[in-house]
Amino acid sequence: MGERVDVRGLSCPLPLMKVKAVMDRGATEIKVHGDTPAARENITRLAENRNYAVTEERTTPGEWKLVLTSEG
Amino acid sequence: MKNQNAWIILTGATIGLFGALLVKLGNPGNMGYCIACFIRDITGALGLHRAANVQYIRPEISGLVLGAFVTALAAGEFRVREGSAPLVRFVLGALMMIGALVFLGCPLRGILRLAGGDLNALVGLAGFIAGVAAGLQFLKRGFNLGRSSVSKFRAGGYVLPLVSVGLLLLLVIKPVFDVKAGGPLFFSQAPPGSLHAPVLLALLAGLAGGFLAQRTRLCLSGGFRDFFLVRDTYLLKGYGLIFLVALILNIILGQFKPGFLNQPVAHTSFVWNFLGLFLVGLCAILLGGCPLRQLILAGEGDTDAAMAVFGMVAGAALAHNFMLASSPTGPTFYGQVAVVLGIIITGAIGLVYREV
Repeated sequence: MGERVDVRGLSCPLPLMKVKAVMDRGATEIKVHGDTPAARENITRLAENRNYAVTEERTTPGEWKLVLTSEG
Repeated sequence: MKNQNAWIILTGATIGLFGALLVKLGNPGNMGYCIACFIRDITGALGLHRAANVQYIRPEISGLVLGAFVTALAAGEFRVREGSAPLVRFVLGALMMIGALVFLGCPLRGILRLAGGDLNALVGLAGFIAGVAAGLQFLKRGFNLGRSSVSKFRAGGYVLPLVSVGLLLLLVIKPVFDVKAGGPLFFSQAPPGSLHAPVLLALLAGLAGGFLAQRTRLCLSGGFRDFFLVRDTYLLKGYGLIFLVALILNIILGQFKPGFLNQPVAHTSFVWNFLGLFLVGLCAILLGGCPLRQLILAGEGDTDAAMAVFGMVAGAALAHNFMLASSPTGPTFYGQVAVVLGIIITGAIGLVYREV
C-alpha cells in the first residue's frame, strides 16, 4: 500500500513526525515530498534505522522526493 | 551515513576548540560562543538598551550568519522562504531571549559553561531538556505554525546577511555622530562587554561555526528532540564532542574550575537557572530550532527564522530596559515574573496554533 506524505515548508521536527506516524501504521511504501535538506537527512536516517530502503526520484530544483520501501 | 558522522565530529571538535580558545583570547569567562549574550551585546552597542557593561558588536554573530549564507549558496541550499507565522516567531524569539538572559546564556553557552566546570549550567540544561520534552507534547497534539513557501522575491533572504556585513563595518569604522552624548554606537568600558577576542579571530570562529553548523544542521533542541522522538543521537554526538573538546582545552589552558560558586557571568539560583532554560527549550521546540539554529536558517534564506532573530534583539532590549536579565548576584524579581509569564504565553501559543 503506497502512502504519500507532503512535508514541504514544515518546520523541524514535523516532517520527521509525519513520516514516523505513517511508518507506525505499517506502511511498506512511502513517498515523501519535501524541500528542506535537514528534513531529508533526518528522514533518511529514520528510514535506514527502521530497515526501509531509500531511493530518490527526480524533482524540481530545491525540492526532493524520497521513496521509502520495506519488506513489511 | 559515515560521511555525516565525519562532519559532526569535525563540527564538534572545531566549535569546542574555539569555545575554549576565544575565552583565552579575551572573550568573557565560559563565553567562547553565546548566541543570546552576543545578540544582547550587539543590541546594546546599537543603543537599543543602555546597560553600560553589556555593549559590544560581537563579530561571531556576523560570522555565523555569513558562514551559513556562503555555505548554503555554494551547496545550492540557499532558498528564500517565508510565510510560517512570522509574528508568532518574533514573539517566541523575544521570549526565548528573555529566558536565556535569566539563565545567562543560550543552550550552547550552557554546554560551554559546563565544560568550564560551572555546575549551575547542569541545572539549566536539565531545565532545557524539560522544556524540550514539554514542547514535544504540544507537537504531538498537532502544534504547527504552518508551511513556509518559496518567496517570489529573493531580496528578503539577503536582509540578515546584509545586516551582518553592516554590523562588521560599524565595528571597524566606529562612527561617532554625537560627540557629547555618544552614539550611534556604545561600547562597554567594563566587563563583560569590554572583554573580547581580537576581531578577526572572533569573525573567523563565527565563519567556521556557520559553515559547519550549516553542513550538519547543528541544533541542541533538535538533538534532544530527535532522541526523544526516534532515538536518533546524531546531533547529540556533536554537542557531546563540543563539551569534551572544550573541557580538555579548558583543563590545559587552566580555565577549568569546577563548582557552583563564583563562576563567570553566572548565578547560583537553582530554580531560575532551570526555569530560564526551560523557557528557552520550550520556545526552541515551537520555533523548530535553538538560537544558533535560527541564525543558521536565517543565513540560508529562511526569513521566518530571521524574524525569530529580530525577536531575540527585541527580547534583549526588553530584558535590560525592564530589568529582567539576571546578574552574577542572581535573578531579578521582574525577571522571575517575566519567565513565568513567558512560559504561560508560550504554552498558550502551543495550544492555539494547531492543525485541524
